[in-house]
Amino acid sequence: MKYIDEYRKKDLILAVSEELKKISKKQITLMEVCGGHTMAIHRFGLHALLPPTIHLLSGPGCPVCVSSQHFLDTAIACSKIPGAIITTYGDLIRVPGSVTSLEKEKADGADIRIIYSVLEALEIAKNNPEKAVIFLGIGFETTAPATAAAIVQAKNENISNFFVLSAHKVMPPVMKALVDEGVKIDGFIAPGHVTAITGTGIYNNLAAVYGLGVVVAGFEPVDMMQAILMLTLQLESAAPKVEIQYKRIVHPEGNKIALGLLEQVFEQKDDRWRGLGVIPASGLKIREEFAAFDAEKRYLLTVPEPSDPKGCICGSILRGQKTPNDCGLFAGKCTPSDPVGACMVSGEGTCATYYKYRS
Amino acid sequence: MCLAIPAKVISVEGSSALVTIEDVEYKASLLLLDDVNPGDYVMLHAGFAIEKVDADEAAETLRLLNEIADNSRP
Ligand code: SF4
Repeated sequence: MKYIDEYRKKDLILAVSEELKKISKKQITLMEVCGGHTMAIHRFGLHALLPPTIHLLSGPGCPVCVSSQHFLDTAIACSKIPGAIITTYGDLIRVPGSVTSLEKEKADGADIRIIYSVLEALEIAKNNPEKAVIFLGIGFETTAPATAAAIVQAKNENISNFFVLSAHKVMPPVMKALVDEGVKIDGFIAPGHVTAITGTGIYNNLAAVYGLGVVVAGFEPVDMMQAILMLTLQLESAAPKVEIQYKRIVHPEGNKIALGLLEQVFEQKDDRWRGLGVIPASGLKIREEFAAFDAEKRYLLTVPEPSDPKGCICGSILRGQKTPNDCGLFAGKCTPSDPVGACMVSGEGTCATYYKYRS
Repeated sequence: MCLAIPAKVISVEGSSALVTIEDVEYKASLLLLDDVNPGDYVMLHAGFAIEKVDADEAAETLRLLNEIADNSRP
């Protein structure tokens, strides 16, 4: 496949691996923020190709994994509204809420539909004017512009039975929060598709103020290895900065249309993250102007204050402080078919990735 | 769910495009991208084209990598 196969070539991967072994002297720890990166590292066995001086940590960049128990409980409450159709991206329905999951509610008769694109939710709304179609908006800056585009379209076309329950999140505050909390890293392998939307400006502080290296990386093994090489070169010469490895997709200024839509529809709010607590200005809520499409304002649902599942250490894993092997439930009580925490649900979740590629 | 895949644009109609990934056809919304033409490659994410693939930059990245590979050969 064009733009994939070239970036999976073994000789290139091995050449970068050799180069890394030559130049790496300092002990460095890099965090891959994005679940897609975690998956690529394990799938292609990249750990084994790095010199012992380079350590990788997984971060909090899997949207399903960071969706809070509170959000899930609210989504489940939505599914019990008479005449409601819940629309959601696939993985979310399997995440256990405090008492039940969307999957169980669906089995019990709630109308919950898995969609691939938010535009399908809009179609369902058009075709079912007597129903309330609620879209569960999760995802970072890559996904949130699509939700914004759908809301604008609903407004333009006067679709009055389409609502969004927004748990959309933005990346920079959580990256900063991790460093502020004392997670010891020297650089970030930054998420390629998030940055395609946002541009690289969001990382300037991390390099300038915190002295961290930041390289925006693609998702194929060659991309990842090259990004690690770029970070290593930066850190060996003590010159941390923001660079783009994924130049075929990412421009420093980002995607202006997508950014415009985000700005038009959403404003930042303090938001809950699974296992990480509330992080200031890390979430996106729907602006007053589009309140008619805000499920939260339409239904004013309140759910009891939830607690994270017992024994699950997703929070420490999302912070890069622990790995799934440190969890007593991993691969025993908690498996992809019967997950305890959200990190085991999504294919991009760290626990699910470790489970799939465990030896 | 965050995955995005390079897809080839076959045709464009209004704010959506017909794209193919390994000969399978998909519809891609162009609400987040303008100036998309048949023959372009776009990254398809959750039904939306989020960015074009820049062929020149792709070639340049590979050139750099091949240089590293050439140098690392004994
Ligand atoms: S293995 Fe399961 S219970 Fe343990 S941290 Fe991961 S998701 Fe939570």
